[in-house]
Amino acid sequence: MTSRQLSKFAARAGFWLLVALIVVIAVFPFYYAIKTSFTPSSDLFRVELWPTRATLANYVQIFSQRSFLQAIFNSVLVATSVVFIALLLGITASYALGRVRFRGRTSVLLIILGVSMFPQVAVLSGLFEVIRALNLYNNPGGLILSYTIFTLPFTVWVLTTFMRQLPLELEEAAIMDGATPWVTITKVFLPLMWPAMATTGLLAFIAAWNEFLFALTFTLTDSQRTVPVAIALLSGGSAYELPWAPIMAASVVVTVPLVVLVIIFQRRIVSGLTAGAVKG
Amino acid sequence: MASVTLDKINKVFGSTHIIKDVDLAIGEGEFVVFVGPSGCGKSTLLRLIAGLESITDGELSIGNQVVNELPPRERGVGMVFQSYALYPHMTVYENMAFGLKLAKTAKETVHERVMATARILQLEELLERKPKALSGGQRQRVAMGRAMAREPRILLFDEPLSNLDASLRVQMRNEIARLHKRLGSTMVYVTHDQVEAMTLADKIVVLNGGRVEQVGSPQELYQRPATKFVAGFIGSPTMNFLPARLIGADATGCRVGATGLSELTLPQDASGHAQGEELTLGIRPEHLRLTQAQGSEGFEIVNVEYLGNEVYVYLEPKEGETLLIQRGEAPTAWRVGQRVTLVPDPEHVHLFDAGGQALSVTAARAVA
Repeated sequence: MTSRQLSKFAARAGFWLLVALIVVIAVFPFYYAIKTSFTPSSDLFRVELWPTRATLANYVQIFSQRSFLQAIFNSVLVATSVVFIALLLGITASYALGRVRFRGRTSVLLIILGVSMFPQVAVLSGLFEVIRALNLYNNPGGLILSYTIFTLPFTVWVLTTFMRQLPLELEEAAIMDGATPWVTITKVFLPLMWPAMATTGLLAFIAAWNEFLFALTFTLTDSQRTVPVAIALLSGGSAYELPWAPIMAASVVVTVPLVVLVIIFQRRIVSGLTAGAVKG
Repeated sequence: MASVTLDKINKVFGSTHIIKDVDLAIGEGEFVVFVGPSGCGKSTLLRLIAGLESITDGELSIGNQVVNELPPRERGVGMVFQSYALYPHMTVYENMAFGLKLAKTAKETVHERVMATARILQLEELLERKPKALSGGQRQRVAMGRAMAREPRILLFDEPLSNLDASLRVQMRNEIARLHKRLGSTMVYVTHDQVEAMTLADKIVVLNGGRVEQVGSPQELYQRPATKFVAGFIGSPTMNFLPARLIGADATGCRVGATGLSELTLPQDASGHAQGEELTLGIRPEHLRLTQAQGSEGFEIVNVEYLGNEVYVYLEPKEGETLLIQRGEAPTAWRVGQRVTLVPDPEHVHLFDAGGQALSVTAARAVA
């Protein structure tokens, strides 16, 4: 083996070693969470990479709690409502901001971007007052409202950028065919904006699904809580025991829908959907 | 089918005045081509007729109806876009049916019309395809089909062939010409390509800087351009322009001198112009003859282009930068570096005044 081949081999080996290292660092916490979820509570603090006595007891335990099932239902309700409302408002707003020429369009866009810069804690007390005034305290409606407020700027920005990329002649062709703006949006733009909608919708869903601070602040009773809060408030046999194993089992359960959603929609997130619209 | 009348149409975008007092009458079933350099306002004028832009001032009528305030769908116009702008997620059939469905046409009628349009444009095989599975020429035909399916009174084309390659362009040009003969509908066509304009039009409208320079049949524009701009724009290779002086004028014509040429007696009426006035002499390449010059007289040949059926001879001008062109039959004996004198055909010489307006032929000569 010449020295040139040797150095080439070393470079390749180094590269793959680095890849392996990055993968381990990224994946290990998740692996350990899954592993812990199958470990009986008594074995929790024995350091091992593979559960020697795997059990489903933790899963049985969390699913036997009514409040946890209720929390999952609440999370699904809140997250899907947020996605639906954010996309509906986002699409219509992006049409106005991306396609209609009006005075102050840039300022509106900048304000929208500015709003999304505020940290959640900064608006927490103000938002709390708003939600109480609207009589939405301890109600999924309050969470839907507050999550939508935080998701919408991002949704509008992404969809506006995407809307601007759609050829102007496409809209004009629709106008010549007698389409109203609403028909143009729903029949012409919407089918072309699937990739952007899948991306933003998915991110909105993840944000709403995982949100903790608002969910903790704006709900009071077990029946109104969402999953992240419910997991955090899982209690063990006594005040001195933190039930790690059931917490990990619950975390795995609520992560699975997200993974499934990403896998379903990743095929939608493909470019080239507008291919064939313009040019030869 | 309908006529279109433009009466003092103006369009202002912010502080730019794009269309200036355009008057135009388009007859029923006519094929009218708007032609001009880029930025002359030809596309804007088409979009004003379509209703995609609002008219700042003036009156636009289709048929006998003033349509200034009507939205595009109520004007009864169909438009073919430069980039085709087909709906990429719909099949060819759905693309053509879209407008009809929006107009709440009965299902059977929609089917009937789409099929009839598809038959005319030979799209029957492609009805289930998506635009991305079509070739450039096929997309072009679908775009025309979509515009035609609603049976509009006027069909508008916005540079429809500029995305196609040269051979396909010639083929589609023919198809459009035959389509117009078969349908007999009023068509307005925008292009910057004067060959398309000459071959397709019943009537050409030459636009320059938002104004109509001249309206006329291809023959009229070629043989009797009203302005120097039209003379230079129509025809390929372009007309030669030479600075000239007026020597004298009478009832039957005038005498003109130009550097490097012998004195010419022309049929143009120059009675309104002073002796010695600067004029521009225009002569098309095919109306020039070359003869051998003596010594350092005449013009030097700087290039000879052999095109098979004809030859372009390029000559160094006495003044200015633009080379003079002579077009003759192939083969030719002229070689680069030879000196020649130009012999124009007086019947085909054009004269333009300082403002670019053509001098018309005297009454005495026009009759003869």
